[in-house]
Amino acid sequence: MQALTPAAAAIELRGIEKSFGSVHAVRGVSLRIETGTITGIVGENGAGKSTLMSILYGLYRADAGEIWIDGHRVEMANPRDAIAHGIGMVHQHFMLIDTFTVLENMVLGAEGGLLLAGGLAAARAELARLARDYGLSIDPDARIADLSVGEQQRVEILKVLFRGARILILDEPSAVLTPQETDRLFRILQTLKERGVTVILITHKLREIMAATDRVYVMRQGRMVAEHRTADTGTEELAELMVGRKVRLELDKVAPRQGEVLLRAEHLSLVDDRGVRLLDDVGIELRAGEIVGIAGVTGNGQSELLQVLAGIRPPSGGRLMVCGQLLDARHPGNPAEMRALGLAHVPEDRLRQGMVAAFEASETSILGYQDGPPFTRNYLIDGPAVGAHCVDLMQRFDVRPPAPSLRSSHFSGGNQQKLVLAREIVRRPKVLLVGQPTRGVDIGAIEFIHRELVKARDAGCAVLVVSVELDEILSLADRILVMFAGRIVGEVAPGRADERTLGLMMAGAGAA
Amino acid sequence: MRLQRRPLPAWAEIALLPLVNIALAFIVVGVIVAIIGVDPFHALRLLVVGVVGSSESIGYTLYYATNFTFTGLAVAVAFHAGLFNIGGEGQAYIGGLGCGLAILALDSYLPAWLLIPIAIAAAALFGAAWAAVPAWLQAWRGSHIVITTIMFNFVASALMVYLMVNVLIAPGSMTPQSRGFAPSGQLPAIPGLPLNLSLVLALACCIAVWVFLWHTPWGYALRTMGHNPEAAVYAGTNLRRMTMLAMCLSGALAGFVGVNELMGVHHRIVLDFPAGYGFAGIAVALMGRNHPFGIALAALLFGALQQGGAELAFEIPSITREMVVVIQGLVILFSGALAHLPRPWLQSLFALRAS
Repeated sequence: MQALTPAAAAIELRGIEKSFGSVHAVRGVSLRIETGTITGIVGENGAGKSTLMSILYGLYRADAGEIWIDGHRVEMANPRDAIAHGIGMVHQHFMLIDTFTVLENMVLGAEGGLLLAGGLAAARAELARLARDYGLSIDPDARIADLSVGEQQRVEILKVLFRGARILILDEPSAVLTPQETDRLFRILQTLKERGVTVILITHKLREIMAATDRVYVMRQGRMVAEHRTADTGTEELAELMVGRKVRLELDKVAPRQGEVLLRAEHLSLVDDRGVRLLDDVGIELRAGEIVGIAGVTGNGQSELLQVLAGIRPPSGGRLMVCGQLLDARHPGNPAEMRALGLAHVPEDRLRQGMVAAFEASETSILGYQDGPPFTRNYLIDGPAVGAHCVDLMQRFDVRPPAPSLRSSHFSGGNQQKLVLAREIVRRPKVLLVGQPTRGVDIGAIEFIHRELVKARDAGCAVLVVSVELDEILSLADRILVMFAGRIVGEVAPGRADERTLGLMMAGAGAA
Repeated sequence: MRLQRRPLPAWAEIALLPLVNIALAFIVVGVIVAIIGVDPFHALRLLVVGVVGSSESIGYTLYYATNFTFTGLAVAVAFHAGLFNIGGEGQAYIGGLGCGLAILALDSYLPAWLLIPIAIAAAALFGAAWAAVPAWLQAWRGSHIVITTIMFNFVASALMVYLMVNVLIAPGSMTPQSRGFAPSGQLPAIPGLPLNLSLVLALACCIAVWVFLWHTPWGYALRTMGHNPEAAVYAGTNLRRMTMLAMCLSGALAGFVGVNELMGVHHRIVLDFPAGYGFAGIAVALMGRNHPFGIALAALLFGALQQGGAELAFEIPSITREMVVVIQGLVILFSGALAHLPRPWLQSLFALRAS
């Protein structure tokens, strides 16, 4: 190599363009990523960062532009090409087979020969080497279903390294992790970097960018709007660059004016088919005009609590009073009945529960409210009324693009969430249950969603928020309940709560 | 430089692609026909003449298409609910039984204008009831509907043989068939042809299914269940009841084959009249992309193949009945299973034209 040419970058993109129909998703993006660094790419949902990475990984073909890897111009026609060039991607949603062991997942697609035994033995040795080199230890014979989410992610990373990747792309890796698991992930990324692996981190969580990366690129509306050394910038500046205006990360709200009790759960319990006690003697009181936050590590009964309160699963025991109606194990409510009583529910997993991916946005905008007026008259769905309703929701909640006939799955996560939230809030429910209000949602939208929840509270709605994001609970809630192992283990006023005490309670140590 | 592939324009997707598929199928058919020593162009001419050559052949084509429409719709309605109904054959059979029993019981008392709707309703009711059992078994007991509907075809077949031989057989008759229906139990038909009023019923069913699936809250809930059962539960849909509803509608539609065959053509209950229409409905629905209007077009193609194929077998001795089935199979293969095969070629072609 001549002295004048700078060392070839691990990845160089030049003038990448990509359009989907009339949507110009990536506009003339160029970037340069040095070998052995951790680079963050931030941007709001729909800013084009995932599309850009999909082009790099060969999932999409760019309309124009060049991709250079290690100083060579390459064509990425499909992910196989990308893998051959040492690029690996860890997706936000894991691509693992639950019933297979770690080792079996590892060799999937690289079985090596007619009989599995040889490939498995080789994989076992390779796995041991990777574990040694990168400090990524995991039991190769454990079944995926038995692993924690953090461990499953480690398997995904190992899978990519196993295929010989030297460039690792992680798409929103912390979306499903607890704070502790996220810290562990960043330590792993640091080790990988020290071993010469190039890491690209796609996220919208600015704190993570600050904690983990060396350089950061900011995308907005398909363009690369800024590039900084992480040490030279801060969360405020990045947030402003992402959104294109000043962002307030703090939430203003006045003291709550609590009214009558609209939802009361007494001794609520839920036992599944295998006899596992998922909810154990849960008692909750929810009053008009307050936001109650439920904090806890994922899997401690929060999801089940929401399902029981929304009428999706009947409780095994205990009583539930919703807007004056009494329900128990013998006379459980169902979701339609709960809705009629004035209870609205924004489910935790919007893709799986809150919408139908294949439906048009306008069809998703009436899910659960399709029976009866204003959407059904004389047994027929009033198409124009549904369309107008969807346009109205989209305008009021700034859903982009405002296209009611677009497939629901073609909206970004934040916009899907805004649409679902809009659907539930505009009905002015008496009780609003919200699961993970901002999971996978960008900063601009988080600010918006939080303000809408506070607005609903101030209008006299009783709001219950379940979230794994402690920051969110701390800034939103008027009272905080902590769940551990299916029980409510304590209640804290937000003024007296901090992350440490809550963290201890969430781990079951601070149980009263 | 490589050409960029873009999605095809809508007209090419809807009209050109299926035509290319059918053309490809006929090229392969032509090769096979040539191999057995028949001039493919002669055969093709016979086929076309056999379909549209006379009012008689057109009448037969439409009569066959009527049956394919009913079973195609039956499969599609279940499919939109995420259920794979393979029991169209048995549901058609039992639907015909219901239709026939109503007529045998009432044809000496009621006038045609009253008896016809009753018999049609009986066909729907019996077809629905035959589908309701597997639906119930799936909804409440978790037995897979694919398995149970297949088994119910055999049960239906055995039941019909028993009934025809032992119970419903006309007194003094040597063949297992019922007595003939009185004129009030016969559908108005075109004289000398099997084509009858059922064609109108089939078209009405297409429109009704379209309205039901896309313009009623029940159709909305049904499609929600088919795409995403969890979202359907969230929306307040009772999945068990919806499974029952979808399967009963599906069975009722299949049952209408009995109306066309028994009330329209045979004018008595006979054995084996479903003759594979129930199974062919799966291919019709697949080809019509589970949309009622697509199904009507696919049913027309299937009807034409049935009629033209019969003509072909009659005119050219070396093309046997089995050969006709091969031809039909190839058309299904190319326009159903291999439907997307020519898409990349067409896309390249369009890109070439654009550049």
